[in-house]
Amino acid sequence: MNIIDDLILHSPALIVAIPLLGAFLTPLISKINDKMRNIFVIFIVLLTSAIVLLLANDIYAVCGKIHTYVFGGSSPVTQGGFAIRILFEVDGLNIFMALIATILAIVGVIYSWAFMKENTGLDKYYTLYLLMIAGMFGMILTGDMFNFFVFLEITSIASCALIAFWTNKGKAVDAGFKYIVVSATGALFILFAIAILYGQYNALNMAVLASKIEFSFLDNIALVVLVSGLAMKAGIVPMHMWLPDAYGRAPASVTLILVGVTQASLYGALRMIFTVYGDSLSTTLNQIGDINIELNLILGIFIVALALLTIFIGVLMALKENNFKRMIAFAAVAEIGYMILAIGAALTTIFSAAETDIGTGAMALKGGIFHILNDALDVGLLFLVAGAVYYATKETSLNRLGGLARNMKYTTIFFLIGLLAVSGMPPMNGFASKLIIYESTYQVNPILSIIAILCSILLLAVFVKVFHSAFLGPKQPKFDDVKEVPKSMLLAMGIIACIIIFIGLFPDIVVNNIVQPAVNAITDNSNYISNVIGGI
Amino acid sequence: MIYNIPYIAVVALILIGLYAIIFKRNLIKIVIGITLIESGVNLFLITLAFKQDSIAPIYRGSGSRIMSLPVPHALTLTSIVIGVAVLALMLSLIIHIYKHYKTLDASKIGREKE
Repeated sequence: MNIIDDLILHSPALIVAIPLLGAFLTPLISKINDKMRNIFVIFIVLLTSAIVLLLANDIYAVCGKIHTYVFGGSSPVTQGGFAIRILFEVDGLNIFMALIATILAIVGVIYSWAFMKENTGLDKYYTLYLLMIAGMFGMILTGDMFNFFVFLEITSIASCALIAFWTNKGKAVDAGFKYIVVSATGALFILFAIAILYGQYNALNMAVLASKIEFSFLDNIALVVLVSGLAMKAGIVPMHMWLPDAYGRAPASVTLILVGVTQASLYGALRMIFTVYGDSLSTTLNQIGDINIELNLILGIFIVALALLTIFIGVLMALKENNFKRMIAFAAVAEIGYMILAIGAALTTIFSAAETDIGTGAMALKGGIFHILNDALDVGLLFLVAGAVYYATKETSLNRLGGLARNMKYTTIFFLIGLLAVSGMPPMNGFASKLIIYESTYQVNPILSIIAILCSILLLAVFVKVFHSAFLGPKQPKFDDVKEVPKSMLLAMGIIACIIIFIGLFPDIVVNNIVQPAVNAITDNSNYISNVIGGI
Repeated sequence: MIYNIPYIAVVALILIGLYAIIFKRNLIKIVIGITLIESGVNLFLITLAFKQDSIAPIYRGSGSRIMSLPVPHALTLTSIVIGVAVLALMLSLIIHIYKHYKTLDASKIGREKE
């Protein structure tokens, strides 16, 4: 029993440390043989997941509990009275993101076993893969601004190298270069914002910053730079160009983790906006007559506008795309739009004085956060199916695919599940979260939910087109000897499909047990501040 | 005024870097733009750490003189190390791109039909 307690106590550090250690042991293990290495990597990921689950169990046991983990000594102390050290903190939102990352990591490693089998240089592949997972967990768990930047860079370096893993294809290398340019610029923006905040408040810890923030002119600049830097990493519309290339050209197993990395950046934006700036967001910026123009309103409207653009452009580009994976990538852009739409709608209402508005805001946040989980699963499943089709046929263009349902029946079923889920059809999980988003945005402004529903229908149209052109249709002689993909890939897709159906059938279990603590963690930032500062 | 010059340099470096990233077609120039932004941000961090009449924080017979807090220096060092990794990765990708396309013009890369 004692060992379990110790494990939980040190779990935030272990969740990052185990994949990191595993990453650098992988090249050594692969000297023995390939099978050993694959088993080792799966073992590392499962070990990490077990610790995440232990920690989750601990967090959900007590309502509003925050687990802090301190690196470094208690001196020297700065003028503010806080020691200079790095803090990891885990609350409802962090553990929610960590659970998503866990699912993606397990599925990705299982899928890689067969999918990447014929490639060379797999020791480097798995090293980078584990590094990416470690970086993703680090971004999610850290409570320190600069540490967040460091993990962001670890993730972008590892994922860029993995996007360009198939260096024999010019387009893959091009996609990798695009990705690294955008993410390096975005990360430097974030560092600039962190430096502005540090210069004013002499602190890097998120909770300390949140307690000190006064909302000067410089803070305005820092907020804008921070949000735009994170938006670049999350692929929100004016900065989305890298995303279809990177998602479309990377190996499918890598794309799965990239989806998780994008969500982690989105988590960063949520954390910065709601926790660090939470108290000062309702500051009045300008007064016109009797009406106060508050910052949260301006930020919210701006984010909603960006979200609508993101949804629109994502869907429209997906309609005209012919490459299987790029098309799913544009659909992923649209899906990100739904989450930001919910966040923006929440921002406009949640700081208001009226009780009903606060309820709407909390509901929008609930929908948005629930959709983070559902989007990761749905889009992830579709990418895995696209990867399976590529594995079986070596073909990516939808014009040349057809009649695959005859030979690949399980893959077809998984695609059908993903298709229904991503376009928000009732028995699947996408419906549950999109319904909450529609309901809450309708109360903010009916037009928002009309556009959201319309684009969801268009998304269905896109995927029905794909389903028809790739899986149905006449038998094609060149695909006669196409076989169903190996068992490990089917297992990976099956795991995600089962979770999708489970969430679709019992959404209230997930919402009440996992999503609601995350929403509480975001909205109650005084609890966060007092708990984390108490831990310093 | 004299103390503001570093901040002006920071803004100038970041803007020149952004200009290079957005408007230049040559991949090497884009990489130079990113390193310019990086040096701008690093300079900003270092400038923040400056305090008049302070000395480096080394405990060796410094008496009671004011020491500057070394946190920004540590941040800058970390950021430089990360920058080197990113730079190396970008340049190695450029080598691969040049092998495939025999050009570094961004408008001619990745346009081929599949």
